[in-house]
Amino acid sequence: MSGHSTYVPKSALARWFESRLPLVGFMYDSFVAYPTPRNLNYWWTFGAILSLMLVVQLITGIVLAMHYTPHVDLAFNSVEHIMRDVNWGWLLRYMHANGASMFFVAVYIHMLRGLYYGSYKAPREILWILGVVIFLLMMATAFMGYVLPWGQMSFWGATVITNLFSAIPYVGDAITTWLWGGYSVDNPTLNRFFSLHYLLPFMIAAVVVLHVWALHVVGQNNPAGVEVKNLARDTVAFTPYATMKDAFAMSAFLLFFCWFIFYVPNYLGHADNYILANPSTTPAHIVPEWYFLPFYAILRAIPSKLGGVIAMFGSIAVLAFLPWLDTSRVRSATYRPVFKVFFWAFTLCCVGLGYLGAMPAEGGYITAAQILTAFYFVFFLVILPLLGLFETPRPLPASIADDVLAKHGAH
Amino acid sequence: MATELVEPSRRDFLFIATGAVAAVGAASAVWPFVSQMNPDAATIAAGAPVELDLGAIAAGQSVKVKWRGKIIFVNHRTPKEIEEARAVPLNQLPDPATDESRAKKPEWLVVIGVCTHLGCIPLDHQGDYGGWFCPCHGSHYDTAGRIRKGPAPRNLDLPPYSFVSDTRLLIG
Amino acid sequence: MNSIRQGLNHMFGRTAKSVGFAALLAAGLLAAPMASTADAADAHAMPQPPRQSWSFGGPFGTYDRAQLQRGFKVYRNVCAACHSMKLVAFRNLSDPGGPEFSEAQVKALAAEYQIKDGPNDAGDMFERPGRPADRFPAPFANDNEARSANNGALPPDFSVLAKARTYSRGFPWFLIDAAIQYQEHGVDYIVALLNGYKDEAPHGVTVLPGQYYNEYMPGHIISMAPPLSADVVEYEDGAPQTVEQYSKDVAAFMMWAAEPKLEDRKRTGAKVMLFLLVLTFLLYLTKRHLWDRVYREV
Repeated sequence: MSGHSTYVPKSALARWFESRLPLVGFMYDSFVAYPTPRNLNYWWTFGAILSLMLVVQLITGIVLAMHYTPHVDLAFNSVEHIMRDVNWGWLLRYMHANGASMFFVAVYIHMLRGLYYGSYKAPREILWILGVVIFLLMMATAFMGYVLPWGQMSFWGATVITNLFSAIPYVGDAITTWLWGGYSVDNPTLNRFFSLHYLLPFMIAAVVVLHVWALHVVGQNNPAGVEVKNLARDTVAFTPYATMKDAFAMSAFLLFFCWFIFYVPNYLGHADNYILANPSTTPAHIVPEWYFLPFYAILRAIPSKLGGVIAMFGSIAVLAFLPWLDTSRVRSATYRPVFKVFFWAFTLCCVGLGYLGAMPAEGGYITAAQILTAFYFVFFLVILPLLGLFETPRPLPASIADDVLAKHGAH
Repeated sequence: MATELVEPSRRDFLFIATGAVAAVGAASAVWPFVSQMNPDAATIAAGAPVELDLGAIAAGQSVKVKWRGKIIFVNHRTPKEIEEARAVPLNQLPDPATDESRAKKPEWLVVIGVCTHLGCIPLDHQGDYGGWFCPCHGSHYDTAGRIRKGPAPRNLDLPPYSFVSDTRLLIG
Repeated sequence: MNSIRQGLNHMFGRTAKSVGFAALLAAGLLAAPMASTADAADAHAMPQPPRQSWSFGGPFGTYDRAQLQRGFKVYRNVCAACHSMKLVAFRNLSDPGGPEFSEAQVKALAAEYQIKDGPNDAGDMFERPGRPADRFPAPFANDNEARSANNGALPPDFSVLAKARTYSRGFPWFLIDAAIQYQEHGVDYIVALLNGYKDEAPHGVTVLPGQYYNEYMPGHIISMAPPLSADVVEYEDGAPQTVEQYSKDVAAFMMWAAEPKLEDRKRTGAKVMLFLLVLTFLLYLTKRHLWDRVYREV
């Protein structure tokens, strides 16, 4: 938190350094002495898990770039070269490819946790909006990364997604041509996507720093949703308490991650992406990566090109307004019986949209996607604003300490 | 802050064990990231020995062959060049080596064409000693590829090679 | 206003009830339109390829060397006439975790192939005997030549084909497959396809000259003539010389070509998983040890 550092340098050298650059003190305040609410549950460990995944993706990505060639004639083969010839290349590539999926698993849990416990409410609006920015950057990075192996799904995914911009009135076609650097997705597109795919993660890392900064200014929310009143009773030091809990959660998450890397490494990918990109043949059934499926379903649910694009981007943009759309003064769903039901309905709605995004765009699937798309927006634009007015929350605990006592009182 | 909580004992076996296991894991995880920079399987396979037909190389002529990304000079030496190389007393050489130790067959000198100073490729049949001259920093090598003058510390290195027959050379 | 409140709170009173309601709501939203889609899906239904038993399946799977060697023979004698395998090098045949031919065998084998090299000093391309480091030469100079020699159809490259083919297992199997580590969709499909030729197309299906009816090919029309028949390749290890055996062997070989590091991966996986289980358990104990105090001293 802000204010004077509690760090006391022990040696003369440390004092000399600290008076010139208070780096150690800054780290100490942020990751050692930083008070964390003592009632945090395991859903709060996903922030640490996400940091881990960002580091994993950065390191494996930098290493893969040492062997990858961003050229339409060589990209596919260079990925196979990594898989076959480079020492441990198969491991690095499977880590990176599955790491993207794990990143999204963690970020969706992190976002749903924020939604469930009202973590976006005052004074954490900026914290939440920075999170939405990170999510957008992640989506852009993941999309461009999927183009790099230059398989059929890479190529046609790039074609479909860049064509979204052609829906913009008047300048759409010009923008699409500009994105491509040509008249279709081709070598210039692949080259610039590689450049941006390398750049964006560092931008993510920068926004993550802001995200953590904002977090440390306002402090963490907690399952009870009441603010810290008494530091001694309500909080514990970040290190070792939160650190060890996060470490345990990260290790458990790595077990899950490794299952995919070592045993089902292609489960989350598409078989078609093992076919070299062919600009003259579109695969029978093209779908984006699983983490884009709900948005893809929303896109296809609207029977107009521009409308679909607006709905898809709107479904992400609406998240940024969440702090003002939710009118309830109670944060945690634990004390909001009605909101809790709608929260789960919303979660199921997202899963349903994901399923529909993978299905062919025909018949009943479209109708179902339309119903769920409607619910998605109604949830944010109608239910959340009204619920705050009509819902009677259950009584909140007086303090975080009381919340802990209620759960662990047996001791 | 929660200062009244008892600090856990540093000697606690559990903590040490956990830390040690985590450290072992972190160290092992580093290995693939280090190892990936080493030559890959294709590079190693491409570095297999190369064969050269010597029949077409006239005396006094030198041929460049590429092996493992390096230039190999195969020099068909004239009797005069051999004689010059053998006439030099060893104590005049910065890196003493007999001509016999430099060439398996006197008329064929096979050296790695990389200056032992800083890796440039020297020019053959040039320099004060009629062997090689490196234009980068002025190292002179004689007709046995031995350093005679200039900043290079060693004689030109010899690649592994053997004669498959009288006219076929296997480098590597 | 108050009555609405009471009503809402009454309706959504308890968590268990409310979650159940949410599930019902979502199920209801989905069920109606899905029902009508079921028929549409049936229209282009494909039979599911039968699941084969593979030595390389499961967490400790390894390739069957003899099977890979037989599969390579089938590839070389039959498939290679039309199908390239550009990403695989001769040397790979002696790599650990593959067919594991001896290095001498690989050298001799490579020398039987003519590899285009050059240009030489005169500026001409020339052919020379293959070396272990060379990759398998393609039967056709380019895709267009391959197409024109094959009635307009391009025989796909074999390098990653086993991973480029799959079939849909549908809900809920696609979820269960991740847990049971079923990853052999591609090879099962290939075996099914090689055994899926039918002499007679069903009534109403037109098969043009140069095309064949195959139960498992998407759309059922395939341009490849049935490639295998009994005794077309001679096995030296006494394995049955049947289409069924040939197809399994060549599919296993294709799996290896597509995923040559499979054994390495699964072996490393076992070590990593075991390590992580220990570490996770220790971290859990450490965490509990720390936090027990926190809960006790609130």
